[in-house]
Amino acid sequence: MIEVKDVYFTYPNGIGALKGVSITIQNGDFVAIMGQNGAGKTTLVKHFNGLLKPTKGKVLVDGVNTRDISVARLARKVGFVFQNPDHQLFCETVEDETSFALKNFGYKPNIIERRVTWALNLLSLTQYRKTSPFMLSGGERKRVALASVLASDPKIVILDEPTIGQDHQQKEKLRQFITQLRAQKKTVVIVTHDVEFVAECNPRVVLMTEGKIVADGRANKILTNYNLVTKASLVPPQVTQIFMKLSDLGLPTNVIDVYEARKVFLNSLEGS
Amino acid sequence: MSVFDGLKFRKVSSPVHNLDPRVKFFFVCVLFVVAVMFFQLLPLLVLFFVPIPFVLVARVKREWIRSLKGASMLAFIIFFFNFIFNYIYNEYPNIPSASLIEYSVAMTLRFVVLVETFSVFFLTTSPDLLGLALEQSHVPYEFCFAFTTAVRFVPVLADEAQTIMDAQKSRGLELERGNFLKRIKNYIPILIPLIVSAIRRSLELAEAMESRAWGATEKRTNLYVLRLGKTDYALAFTSIFMLVVAILVWRFVPIPPLSVILSFLQL
Repeated sequence: MIEVKDVYFTYPNGIGALKGVSITIQNGDFVAIMGQNGAGKTTLVKHFNGLLKPTKGKVLVDGVNTRDISVARLARKVGFVFQNPDHQLFCETVEDETSFALKNFGYKPNIIERRVTWALNLLSLTQYRKTSPFMLSGGERKRVALASVLASDPKIVILDEPTIGQDHQQKEKLRQFITQLRAQKKTVVIVTHDVEFVAECNPRVVLMTEGKIVADGRANKILTNYNLVTKASLVPPQVTQIFMKLSDLGLPTNVIDVYEARKVFLNSLEGS
Repeated sequence: MSVFDGLKFRKVSSPVHNLDPRVKFFFVCVLFVVAVMFFQLLPLLVLFFVPIPFVLVARVKREWIRSLKGASMLAFIIFFFNFIFNYIYNEYPNIPSASLIEYSVAMTLRFVVLVETFSVFFLTTSPDLLGLALEQSHVPYEFCFAFTTAVRFVPVLADEAQTIMDAQKSRGLELERGNFLKRIKNYIPILIPLIVSAIRRSLELAEAMESRAWGATEKRTNLYVLRLGKTDYALAFTSIFMLVVAILVWRFVPIPPLSVILSFLQL
């Protein structure tokens, strides 16, 4: 469980990135943190694993204040996958890359071996085990970065902009993958602008503008609130936009999912 | 990485920002040369205070102090090595003399003077003006461009290094753990991604430049032309004056060590 209690954060250059943020993320939650550029999304999640310490207020991870524990210790519990895989890949093979965190945590070789095999298999990277990560494509590198974090089996997984630069197929895989993580009772936090991706997952959405949380609730509540969404420089999902334009037909406006939309349409057609 | 913060330019208008970059560079070079000329504490102490009025006038105190803080670790290392090696070679096993300490402090101060002057220069000079200054000094445009690009990418690289450090810390890397050699080894996971991305970036930059017809015309013209004003001449003459005085002092005046001056004052 992550508890953020009235956190303020000011960068050394004087820019206030968080202005009184409070949020509780329960175990097993799936949260999408959304908002425009510079709203403080990444700053907020960097508090979850102690990379940033609040200027005022406190952050508790499973009851432990992030001030009292090093990032390296917290990393066992909180896995953080950065936006750009090129910021973390440095090993000669995908295998070494995936075992880096495990070695840092001091696991035994046979456990490392097992975890690496498991993670590579999970992200269908087994065939690249002995390949240099620098030889892989962008999407594959992103998966290696993901594997390298998941190999240590953290309880909480934070994904910063996981959909950027991914084609539709990869996004779909990512979505299935998140579903899988949730089935394992893991807490998943994603930071994203990708409204369509969030609409398909229907997680809890936390909307941020200018360092404050402006809305918190189910995706189908938040993303269908036109005023709220535009205030955060986003647009409602396309499905919702259609339903908004068709509201004079008496159709509901809180639909975000294609399958649900189909159901609603069929029902209304049958009705007429 | 905070040492790089002291090199980040912010667009503000102040008498120091508006100085001609060529004159400012000349001034910085004079300070540099004078700092290297002397190894006694007294003149270096004087030099230490020379850039401070510029910092105050330019209102870049905070950034400037931060760059000094960033350099403090390096300064400490310089002091440490000067002190230890000179002590072992010259004075061991006697107790270290005052002049040895003074010499080590002077060497450290020389480094600090270099950092502080360059910090003021880069904090108050936009990379564009710098490139323009080089061009007007008849440096080939290729070199000017390479130079301005290098300067411009310093803060970008510093930001990137910070992100990489965060990413590796999130994977359990502990930078401050282990002995000296282990600590250096800890930086490999930071350096490799940094170098790889710098190379990638340079290739992208080259492509972007070529697609915008870089080097298509032999003779380039500029929208802005640098002209020297009154304050520029004033600073130029001050610099020359400083250099001349420094050379005269260096050549003809024996500088007593600080300990002698202090004991003299006490009498």
